[in-house]
Amino acid sequence: MVARPPSPNPTRETGAPADVLRVANLRVRLDHAPILEDVSFRVRRGTTLAIVGPNGAGKTTLFRVLLGLVPYTGTVEWSGPVRLGYVPQHFVVTDVPITVRDFLGFKSAAGFEESLAAVGLEGGVLRKRLDILSGGEMQRVLIAWAVLDRPNVLLFDEPTATVDIGSEDMLYEALNRLEKESNITVLLITHDIHIASQYSDAVLALNRTVRFFGAPSRLSEPDLLMEIFGSGAGLAEHKHDFGSRGFR
Amino acid sequence: MTDAAAYSLVAGISVGFAAGYVGSLMVLKRMALVGDALSHVALPGLALGILFNFNPFFGAFAFLFSAAVLTWYIEKTTKLFPESIIGVLFVTALAVGILLTPEVDLLEALFGDITTVSLVDALLAVGISAPIVVVARLVYRRVVLGILSEELARSTGINVALVNFVYLFLVTLVVAVGIKIVGTVLVGALVVVPAAAMKNVSRNLSSYALLSGLTGTVSAGSGILLANYLGLPAGPLVVSVGTAIFAGALVADWIAS
Repeated sequence: MVARPPSPNPTRETGAPADVLRVANLRVRLDHAPILEDVSFRVRRGTTLAIVGPNGAGKTTLFRVLLGLVPYTGTVEWSGPVRLGYVPQHFVVTDVPITVRDFLGFKSAAGFEESLAAVGLEGGVLRKRLDILSGGEMQRVLIAWAVLDRPNVLLFDEPTATVDIGSEDMLYEALNRLEKESNITVLLITHDIHIASQYSDAVLALNRTVRFFGAPSRLSEPDLLMEIFGSGAGLAEHKHDFGSRGFR
Repeated sequence: MTDAAAYSLVAGISVGFAAGYVGSLMVLKRMALVGDALSHVALPGLALGILFNFNPFFGAFAFLFSAAVLTWYIEKTTKLFPESIIGVLFVTALAVGILLTPEVDLLEALFGDITTVSLVDALLAVGISAPIVVVARLVYRRVVLGILSEELARSTGINVALVNFVYLFLVTLVVAVGIKIVGTVLVGALVVVPAAAMKNVSRNLSSYALLSGLTGTVSAGSGILLANYLGLPAGPLVVSVGTAIFAGALVADWIAS
């Protein structure tokens, strides 16, 4: 079946009541090359799904499908109403005279301070130009952008890929707070197995097709990591200071 | 001041604002040199207008628009960068234009001639510049978001390809109408220099767009007045004023930082 890409804010009333998203037999080909093959999974409302896999596994393409940006075959069903917030993997602003207020204003006319407060930023940052923000501030502004119009599903594509460990902690703390306070569903692409195993409710391991879909506790199994990432995979020490404040 | 000088001043002020405003997006898109090269493609159209005795604006616009559509389409459907397409296509157009243009009219086509600006030219300039600014203002934020992140723009429902097409259409219009004042060789500068001058001294996006437009107006107006007073060609003076403002802004930014 050839399915039409969904609109960026689909509101279809389908799928099981507890599921906010059901994906079945998803296939994506770009320039005749298979990117995703026979991908099926579901996401329960108010939970965090971590999506892991090696580079080129199709993780970002999966998000592009969910956002309606690429054609696909198969089934993508949202249980609505769904309002998506999205933070892309690459967002570098250099030498552009655009302030945080300008940027947030692209999406909404109001609610800037509230969104910034949700990610631990003060209103004063609105006057700053994007190109002078630190990596951590930029990522938090992006999250503020994503939550600006009160989404109930957030898509994060490696939100901490370009920040240092200290900023990474602050970001996950902010995400954690958002998720708890707003009961939103989070789909999180991460390269960090520790983040995936400790702070998600379910894990989807992709490598063009689904290598694993299940409980995050299974990510401590070396055989499974080999299956997902190939030889050389393993859990390296990567300490995060969240205490007991996981996503769940 | 002669009638032609007054008409050219009116045309220059309005086109200068539109060129600066639209140019502010061109600089953000890092298409400054593309704009310069794009302007050269107008020459065959101008030549046809001169040869067949119709307003050269329409010939210039037809060629510019065709070139812009072709560039947009090739960029959208292939992985070629616009620079590559333009590098081949537009210098060819310049060569053909020079071969077609009667020698006696070549200087005017290349560098503009404000002494021949008529009331119709002035009205055409005002009538086209005003809607250019209005439409540019309408698509401005969508274009900028598309520049920052195409994915982010598309995720908010923006049709990035359509917005880019509208933007290119505005560029072709402003270049076509600006050629009468500064000629095909220098019209690219009319679009690019004001925005380049204001980029680093602007605190936010709104002030950047507005200051770029005003700098275009000041450059064109001052250049035309100087040309009228000194009896020199307007095009180079318009660009020279713009460049002086650019240098001043550079020094101001350097001192401030």
